[in-house]
Amino acid sequence: MIGYITRAILLGVPMLFGATGEILTEKSGHLNLGIPGIMYVGAISGVSGAFLYENSCGNVVENMNPFLAVFIPFICAILGSAVMGLIYSFFTVTLRANQNVTGLAITTFGIGLGNFFGASLIKLVNSDMPSIALSKTSNFFCTKLPFADDLGWFGELFLSFDFLTYLSVIIAIIASFVLSKTRVGLNLRAVGESPATADAAGINVTKYKYFATCIGSAVAGLGGLQYVMAYANGCWSNDAFGDRGWMAIALVIFALWKPHFAIAGAFLFGALCNANNYLNGLGVETQELFKMLPYVVTIIVLIFTSMRKKREHQPPAHLGLPYFREER
Amino acid sequence: MAEIKDKKHKREPLFHLVKRDDMKWWAAWLIRIAAILIGFFLVCFISMALTKESLSSIIETMYRGVFGRIEMGSTKMMWRYFQKTAILLCLSIAVTPAFKMKFWNCGAEGQALAGGLAAMICMIELGNVLPYPLLLLVIVLSSIVAGAVWGVIPAIFKAQYNTNETLFTLMMNYVATQIVKYYLYIKGGGSNKINPVAEGNLPVIANNEYMLNVIIVLVLTLLVFIYLKYSKHGYEISVVGESQNTARYIGINVKKVFIRTMILSGALCGIAGMLLVAGTDHSIDTNTVGGQGFTAIMVSWLGQFNPLVMIIMSALVVFLNLGSAKVADSCYLNSSYADIAVGIVILLVVGCEFFIRYQIKFRSTKKEVHV
Repeated sequence: MIGYITRAILLGVPMLFGATGEILTEKSGHLNLGIPGIMYVGAISGVSGAFLYENSCGNVVENMNPFLAVFIPFICAILGSAVMGLIYSFFTVTLRANQNVTGLAITTFGIGLGNFFGASLIKLVNSDMPSIALSKTSNFFCTKLPFADDLGWFGELFLSFDFLTYLSVIIAIIASFVLSKTRVGLNLRAVGESPATADAAGINVTKYKYFATCIGSAVAGLGGLQYVMAYANGCWSNDAFGDRGWMAIALVIFALWKPHFAIAGAFLFGALCNANNYLNGLGVETQELFKMLPYVVTIIVLIFTSMRKKREHQPPAHLGLPYFREER
Repeated sequence: MAEIKDKKHKREPLFHLVKRDDMKWWAAWLIRIAAILIGFFLVCFISMALTKESLSSIIETMYRGVFGRIEMGSTKMMWRYFQKTAILLCLSIAVTPAFKMKFWNCGAEGQALAGGLAAMICMIELGNVLPYPLLLLVIVLSSIVAGAVWGVIPAIFKAQYNTNETLFTLMMNYVATQIVKYYLYIKGGGSNKINPVAEGNLPVIANNEYMLNVIIVLVLTLLVFIYLKYSKHGYEISVVGESQNTARYIGINVKKVFIRTMILSGALCGIAGMLLVAGTDHSIDTNTVGGQGFTAIMVSWLGQFNPLVMIIMSALVVFLNLGSAKVADSCYLNSSYADIAVGIVILLVVGCEFFIRYQIKFRSTKKEVHV
């Protein structure tokens, strides 16, 4: 049971990163459907950084500096995904292109980039398996907190995770605080609800949109990194990340555009995603049906939130629409 | 006092944007074609940098990837190209009516898979029971119904409760994928694969297994074009797309239009799935549609919701896809290179809309004289 919960949390963290990032972006009025691609790019940037660092240390653990081993992939993932966010915001904010189409193109492009560089790295190491293992870097990422092994189930449930897992929760709480309690958050929400009003109030709409999208993308990219380094133990293989990016976008609606709700939602999604592995007595074919659960639950939540029509549960009013100042 | 200060500090930005709506259609298309060409050559140059081949040999490799060797003039490769274009085109015209009323149907993938699965089930279960013409009819009808049902569920909720259709249709994709996996486990046993089924395949005409697919899709394209442009339904769709309030004022039942159009959209996707299963693979797999549902959305946008233009656009996207896959293959690069190529070109074309809709006015250097 404990194993099931920890696995669920590990599965949920990439979605939590993705959802927090997407909430920040959507609050500025931009529906970024490029998140799945951006998470791939974040993952592969981190993997490339870790790969280069491991190689520069001659693949010997003793030569590696624990701080740099974590810091380099971390920064690479943030930069890689922020650049993708920058491309997306250039097209949708400055060029005012259609957000759905741009987002889908970014997803195609990003998944292509991820798999392309992944395959190139795999070819570089000449391994027999179609994957690349960075277990040394992964070990640094997964350093447990002190006492994790001594405190039994409590230690396993709360202290045994990699630092990105804790970071995801912290970022979600910070994002929630910034959005609801600070001036910057208020301005950002104003931009998403009614950019014309925000503009008239002297808020730099373009700047807010750019920053929200790029920071959101960087946060989402960390989700890709966490998947590779913590969930997959530093093992990258093409297409392994799967559809978690889309789940993250669904989680945004599940969480009603509130990052702190997304924390619980992400862990619930994680639990649903691998429920089929822990339910006894299921045939292989029934397991496949159980894998539908997270999607079905998302659909049900979508329907219920739209049926209840509470004002605070609605998406930003200007979501998906471009803003042009001279338009009335 | 304030006035003086104002004049002193009056700064004009270097340029500002003006909306324009007077652009001629040919000028707009010139810009789009330029964007496509820039994208194409950008892909070529990236290929050159990666493979260290010359431009002409890159273009030749791309051509070879699509049409086969030039001297041999392989018609088989060419027909494979037409077939892939036809399927992408079918999905693109399927999502177009929905797009035109601003209903973001991201579920073409799942709707086609549902249609394909329905065809597959008929082929396996009824293959030896029904006479061939009747079997064909059942296959076609069941795949149309399956696709339409998959498409209409999100539409009903959108019409009734304004549920977000982008995510609803997206989730329906995965539900369909899992159902197909389930079916593969049941029918395929341990291998979870279904061997090609001989019963209930679409007839082969003119000795060419793809000919019928291409003809069906071309006819459908023409029909959708006429439906959107000349029928009352098509008019209602474009009014709903422009403004739902306007549509309500002039007495259009918006909910009815949503549901009706999504039935059509899903049915067309179902036909695409049927063409893939009964007309091409004779088997099914979770990868049968292979992400083309998403590419179709972009093709529909590139074609500006005009089904006839989409013929060219889908041919172009498939050309890029097959061509760059061949470049990647012949130079030992990963096949995902094709995704990158398609992504680049689509981004450029989407971005070029900016120059069609807006005009950049630079600050005039002449100072205005204030009196």
